[in-house]
Amino acid sequence: MHADSRGVLTGAHFLSGNEACCEGALAAGCRFAAGYPITPSTDIVERMAERLPLMGGTFIQMEDEIASSIAILGAVWAGQKAMTVTSGPGFSLMMEHIGLAAMTETPCVFINVQRGGPSTGLPTLPGQADLMQARWGSHGDYEIIALVPNSPQECFEMTIEAFNLAEKYRTPVMVMSDECVGHMTEKVIIPPAEEIEVTPRRYTSLPPGQYQAFQPEADLVPPMIKAGDGYRIHVTGLTHDERGYPVINAECQDRLVRRLVDKIRRNAQDIIAFEEFNTDDSDIVIVSFGITSRVAFRAMELARAEKLRVGLLRLKTVWPFPEQRIRELAGEVRSFVVAEMNLGQMVYEVERCAGGRAKTLLAPHAGGTVHSPQQILDVIREAAR
Amino acid sequence: MSEVLQAEREFTQHPIESLLRMDRMPHIWCPGCGIGTSVNCFARALLDSSLDLDKVAIVSGIGCTGRVAGYLRLDSFHATHGRAIPFATGLKLANPKLKVIVYSGDGDLIAIGGNHFIHAARRNMDLTVVCVNNFNYAMTGGQVAPTTPISAVATTAPYGSFEPAFNLPYLAESCGATYIARWTTFHVRQLAKCYAEALTRKGFVFIEVISPCPELFGRRNRLGSVIEMTKYFKEKSVVRNDAPTREVGIDFQGQIIVGKFLDQTRPTWSEAMHAQMHARLGDKFVPMEALA
Repeated sequence: MHADSRGVLTGAHFLSGNEACCEGALAAGCRFAAGYPITPSTDIVERMAERLPLMGGTFIQMEDEIASSIAILGAVWAGQKAMTVTSGPGFSLMMEHIGLAAMTETPCVFINVQRGGPSTGLPTLPGQADLMQARWGSHGDYEIIALVPNSPQECFEMTIEAFNLAEKYRTPVMVMSDECVGHMTEKVIIPPAEEIEVTPRRYTSLPPGQYQAFQPEADLVPPMIKAGDGYRIHVTGLTHDERGYPVINAECQDRLVRRLVDKIRRNAQDIIAFEEFNTDDSDIVIVSFGITSRVAFRAMELARAEKLRVGLLRLKTVWPFPEQRIRELAGEVRSFVVAEMNLGQMVYEVERCAGGRAKTLLAPHAGGTVHSPQQILDVIREAAR
Repeated sequence: MSEVLQAEREFTQHPIESLLRMDRMPHIWCPGCGIGTSVNCFARALLDSSLDLDKVAIVSGIGCTGRVAGYLRLDSFHATHGRAIPFATGLKLANPKLKVIVYSGDGDLIAIGGNHFIHAARRNMDLTVVCVNNFNYAMTGGQVAPTTPISAVATTAPYGSFEPAFNLPYLAESCGATYIARWTTFHVRQLAKCYAEALTRKGFVFIEVISPCPELFGRRNRLGSVIEMTKYFKEKSVVRNDAPTREVGIDFQGQIIVGKFLDQTRPTWSEAMHAQMHARLGDKFVPMEALA
């Protein structure tokens, strides 16, 4: 299915990453957004508030991020594509409904324009320290999809991808942008609507009576309905059976939670995306993502100028984590250098997958500004020793 | 079907059975709990209404009353604790043709959900909000609530509550609700009639149902069985329609003023939004309904 031209601003634009996220959402068919002002993400909801009324959509500024994050779930069950947008402290408040969305298999998008933390931290300055929160922040077991754009163009494309993956797997999907990517302005090409692939909601073809709201198909994803269609379904955050009815026992818990996890794990190779530079002839591979990956690219060039055989694995999805590719590379390279704007998060994933076959070093940064290429280069040199 | 069988069926089928998920019975409520009584009144009002029940959605939060949504054969949603109203807000705004009911308890709607309650009332969001007030957190074993009257005992107020309780109709009115009523589970006819009228109203409609919780609130406060608790509702309640809501607070075992306190209209959130968008955008404004 192609995008509806009403929401698509076809052409070449000079857009910030945040503006591009908004345009990506509209192109993907998002027609409901709820949000609460928080730096550095506010310009996304400001643009949604301006654009949605022109194309049959609704924006509402809710009383807090808790309300925003559940209003979008209500909107999805009424049949719309919906998203909310936030940063650091607001993301913490939304954890409750990331869990509810995972449990009720509600397709929706959360954008987190990361800033420095913990707590109020650095409202106007960047961070990349919410990656583990994105994965584990809500209580209980679940799997999540999180995308990490490193340019305004990718903010546009990945927001569309986030909506598409949300619909395909009926799960919340996160776009983990950061203050730098959100506020940098670059050329963004928005294609014609007919060239933008959008995934429609998977509605059931069964009539009421035969349909069970949480009966999965072969790929473990159940088709959906929307309120008002006469199916009279029940949706609960309690552990539930295929009918959607609460069942409080270990057997039902195992069946449900295992499926929620497996529908992502078994399809991980379909979801995972990354790009590689010079990895075929490298002793050292930098693993990086988001704004830091752009600095890492420069560090790779500087290292190559010093005759060091260095490559770059740039993650586009952090969750699910590209375990298989790291395992393969671990057999081919001497070291990984993980460059991230935190004091060590994804490095643990890389280390786990490397399994001791390649050394794993961290090029950390507490946030507030980007790494200098030199900081990453220093760790590369250490890895080369 | 023979006449005998037909008669037997009529005799054995409860009048609201068509609106219940009978495959979920028995329900979890304790003997003597008033929630079922309130649901009975609500279901009768809904069945007697002219609403297309396929277009009615019900949203509950967490707690004893939070289980109401799950027992009604409607599109039903069991949200997180305190968040039924913002879920319902998204549901209503994304499909304005739905009639959306929020049915939850006092702790859920007024404590953890208090912020959402006051803002939805301020916005005049088009929601029918039913609050079953049993004066305590019953699901978790009888803790103190923002509705617990001063001096009443609860597990987390073992020496008696000393915090002033919320007067819910007064709270609702001061935040902007447009229809406000209160009945007890003794007043089943009045309550059913009240629901029937409320379902015809637009905007933020608030109905408080005073309900007995003999197992937790009642036992701990030595209020006797549900018979005694209902007798209290009967003897101490006074019907005062149009009573100023500031005067309808409830003291421990004190007078309960019931009736319809407010019934007025002002633009709902959607009506106000449409008017504003039309005024500023003219033909460029595309309402969601236009694409449905």
